[in-house]
Amino acid sequence: MTEPLLKVEGLKKYFPIKSGILGKVSNCVKAVDDVSFTVQEGETLGIVGESGCGKSTTGRMLMRLLEPTEGVVTFDGQELTSLSNNDMRKARRDIQMVFQDPYASLNPRHTIEKILMEPLNVHNIGDPKERKKKVHEFLEIVGLSSYHAKRYPHQFSGGQRQRIGIARALMTNPKLIIADEPVSALDVSIQAQVLNLMQDLQKELKLTYIFIAHDLGVVRHISDRVGVMYLGQMAELANTEDLYEKPLHPYTQALLAAVPVPDPDFVREEVIITGDVPSPANPPSGCRFHTRCPFKMDICSEVVPVFAEVEEGHSVACHLYEESRPQ
Amino acid sequence: MTERKTILDVKGLQTSFFTDDGEVPAVDNVNFHIREGEVLGIVGESGCGKSVTSLSIMGLVPSPPGKIKGGEILFQDKDLTKLSEKKMREIRGNDIAMIFQEPMTSLNPLFTIGNQLREAIKIHKKDWSKDQVQERAIEMMKLVGLPRPEGLMKEYPHQLSGGMRQRVMIAMALLCDPKVLIADEPTTALDVTIQSQILKLIKNLNERLNTAVLLITHDLGVVAETCERVVVMYSGKVVEEGPVHTIFNDPQHPYTKGLLESVPDMRFKKERLYSIPGNVPKPGSIKTGCKFAARCEFAFDRCMTESPELYQTAEDHQTRCFLFDPKEVQSHDRTVIES
Repeated sequence: MTEPLLKVEGLKKYFPIKSGILGKVSNCVKAVDDVSFTVQEGETLGIVGESGCGKSTTGRMLMRLLEPTEGVVTFDGQELTSLSNNDMRKARRDIQMVFQDPYASLNPRHTIEKILMEPLNVHNIGDPKERKKKVHEFLEIVGLSSYHAKRYPHQFSGGQRQRIGIARALMTNPKLIIADEPVSALDVSIQAQVLNLMQDLQKELKLTYIFIAHDLGVVRHISDRVGVMYLGQMAELANTEDLYEKPLHPYTQALLAAVPVPDPDFVREEVIITGDVPSPANPPSGCRFHTRCPFKMDICSEVVPVFAEVEEGHSVACHLYEESRPQ
Repeated sequence: MTERKTILDVKGLQTSFFTDDGEVPAVDNVNFHIREGEVLGIVGESGCGKSVTSLSIMGLVPSPPGKIKGGEILFQDKDLTKLSEKKMREIRGNDIAMIFQEPMTSLNPLFTIGNQLREAIKIHKKDWSKDQVQERAIEMMKLVGLPRPEGLMKEYPHQLSGGMRQRVMIAMALLCDPKVLIADEPTTALDVTIQSQILKLIKNLNERLNTAVLLITHDLGVVAETCERVVVMYSGKVVEEGPVHTIFNDPQHPYTKGLLESVPDMRFKKERLYSIPGNVPKPGSIKTGCKFAARCEFAFDRCMTESPELYQTAEDHQTRCFLFDPKEVQSHDRTVIES
C-alpha cells in the first residue's frame, strides 16, 4: 500500500469548562477523543455523525484552525502538528477548506474578485495580472462567468455562493480539500449541482476530499470510504459499500435505519435506539454508546472498546466483534 | 377506505408581501384540502411559499408587509380569512395548532415548561380548576413520551435536549385536542435518530387521536415515510398533488420528477446525480408563463407565455403542466404517431 496523503493518529481536542470567579478549570468537553484514520491520495473520505460528535472539530484540527490537545497529523510526509504558525500557513496552500454556510463565509464587503484573489495574495502566487486571469479562469471552472468577478456576495444565490466558496478553496491548487457540510444549507435541486461539480473537479484536478456531513445519502453518494463518529470517537470506518450494506457497529445500524427514505413502499428494518446523545462533558464510561445500545453487555459499561480492523479495511470499536478480530 | 370528510379547505389562497420593490406574491392561488385524520405533506424548496401557506391558515402572516389578498380558508364552514382577530384567537391553538422548526425559539426561555403548558390550557379552558390544568399538562407530557413529567414541569427550556423540546411543543399543541395540527419543518433542526422518534410520535398521535396533520417539509424522505397525500409547491403555486404512492412512483410534473431524481438515496449509489439546471427563482420574479419553464427540459413555446392550470391526470392526482393538458396530449400523440 502506498503512503497515505494524510495520516491522523490519536487526535484529541479537550475544551476546558471554566467555573467560579477565578475561572478554574473544573472539567473539559472531550469534543474529539483519540481519533485515528488515514486518507489516500485521490479518494474521498466521508465523515458522518450527529451534532456534537466532533466531526467538524476534527476537520478544523486537520488544518490547525483549532490547535489539537494531543495527536499527530502527517500530511504528505510533513508533520503538521509540530510546525510553527508561519510554516503552517505555508502548508495550508495544499490543504483548503469549504465551509457550510456560504452566506457567512464570504465577506459581504468584498467583490468576488477580491475574495478569490485573497488566497493568491497570502501565498504570494503570481503577479497581479496572472492573479486576475486565474480568478476568471476558476470562476469558469466552477460554472460561473468571469463577469461575475465584479459583483458582491449578496448578488448571488446560495448555490452560486457555494460555487464561489469552492473556487476560493481551489485558487492555490491544493491537494486536499476539507469540506465541512458543504451542501447542507442548499436546496435539494441545487445540492445535486454542487455535488456533481465537486465530483467533476475531483476527476479533473485529482483532488482528495474529506467530506464532513450529517446526511447519510449525500455521504454515500460522494465517498469512497466512510467514517462514523459518535461522541468524539470513531465508531466505524469502512469502504462505503461495506459500511452501508453490512454495518457492524450498532450505532451505524441505528443511524442507517433512522434515515427517512424517499420511497413510500420501503419497509425499514427496525433498530430501536432510544434517548438522546449524552453530554460530551460527561461521556458514559466504557463504550460511549452503551447507554443507547440495544446489544449492551456487562463489559460495555466498563471497558472502552478498541478501534481496530475486523475485516480488511473495515474497522469498528465494539465489544461484539472483539473475538472475530485477527490476532 | 371510506370517504373521509374534508376538514380544512384552502381555496384560491393568495398571500402577498408588499415591499419597497413592489408586490411579491408568495402564495399564488393555492388550492388544497385536508381530510379528517389524514397526514398531508407540503413539499417544496426554499421560497416556494409552503411556510407562508401555513401561516396564512393560522392567521399569523405578519401584516404589514404581508396580506391575504384573496381566497378562502374554510374550516368548519367558517372562512378563517374573514374572522376577527378575537375569533381567530379562539380557533388558534384550540382547533388548529401549530409546531415550528426550532423548538428553542418557540419556547420562552424565562418560564418553566409547566408554566408555559398551563398558560396554554388556561387561555382556552377558562373554567378549569388548577388541579385539572395540572393534570391535563402531565397527561399530555406522558402522551408524547416525556420521562418524569412532574420533574420536567419545573425545568426551563435550556435544560432540555432538542428532541425533548420538540416533544414539549407537540404536547403544548395537542393540549386542547385540535382537529388539525400544522407541523412546519418539525424535525429539520434535529438529528436523524431523534427525527425518526419525533416522526413516529406524530404519526402515532395522528392515529390515536385522529388529528389531521399538515406536515410542511423540504425532505422527500420524511414525506414518503409519514404522509398519505402530498402537495408539491414551486414558486408560490401547487404544481402537483396526489397520493404519496403515485407521487413517488409515478410523478407527473417535470419538477417533481427532477426533485426526486436529484436526491441521493442512502440505499444505493447513483453514478451521477440528476440535477435540475438553474436556480430556485425568487418569489415573484417570474411574471409570465409556467414558473418552472426556464428550468424545464420539456418546455415549449406555450410554457413561456401561458400559465398552466392544474390538470387531472388520475383520480385524486393533479398536475400543473401543459404536457397533461388534454389538448396538448392529443397533438403530442399525433406527432409521435407521425414520426
